[in-house]
Amino acid sequence: MADPMRIRAVLNGDKVEVKVLIRHDMETGLRKDQAGEIIPPHFIKTLIAQYEGKTVLDAVMGISVSKDPFLHFKFKGGVKGGKLNVTWVDNLGDTRTDSAIIS
Amino acid sequence: MNQSRRDILRMTSVLGLGLVGNLFGSLNVFGAEWMPKSFDAKNLADALKELGVDKYTVSSDVAVVSAEIAENGAVVPVSVSSVIPNTEYMAILVEKNPSPLSAAFNIPEGTEASVTTRVKMGGTSNVYAVVKADGKWFLASKEIKVTLGGCGG
Repeated sequence: MADPMRIRAVLNGDKVEVKVLIRHDMETGLRKDQAGEIIPPHFIKTLIAQYEGKTVLDAVMGISVSKDPFLHFKFKGGVKGGKLNVTWVDNLGDTRTDSAIIS
Repeated sequence: MNQSRRDILRMTSVLGLGLVGNLFGSLNVFGAEWMPKSFDAKNLADALKELGVDKYTVSSDVAVVSAEIAENGAVVPVSVSSVIPNTEYMAILVEKNPSPLSAAFNIPEGTEASVTTRVKMGGTSNVYAVVKADGKWFLASKEIKVTLGGCGG
């Protein structure tokens, strides 16, 4: 089971500012371990953020997104107390969804 | 316009059209689909081609924002933004990485065309923001100097 994301969603004027910090190795498949064996790739491929069922960001990622990916974006239409869901899926089929209440 | 850019334009004008329809048809459903050909492309020209970028305009309305120098190439904060109306798609490409395409974002209506993330850089490179708005492609780039590469083993 993957570690939970840390999501902050704060209403600022008419926009909700969202910061997402994901715990994930984002292993490239290009590195070798100490024995010289290639470490297999393990990385998030897709991520979707939804506010009350409406998609507010939709991302695809490759191996060159840093370990423990971070995202920062803003969207209009959110209200305090509303719920934001973020879901990612990685190349091994692992997935995780976490949510935040807009403050 | 230099020779390599002309080559890109020529290649994409022939090969890109079929791909554009296919790719962006699938992006409109729930959740973007991962595009193996775009992510596997080994150089900037091929990556742009696989994204379906046929003709593009270098635009000051698109920005790559980052520090001039990144001490640690494993974690380079990069923002891409666009003030072009109806910006619907943004991608980040690191030219000199083994696979230039790093991440791409669909920007639904109501979401600001400005996203910050962190990327790995194997070394000093131009970083490109590629933006689609009203079906047209726009591009901006910035060189980020890396003192310690982030892709090695």
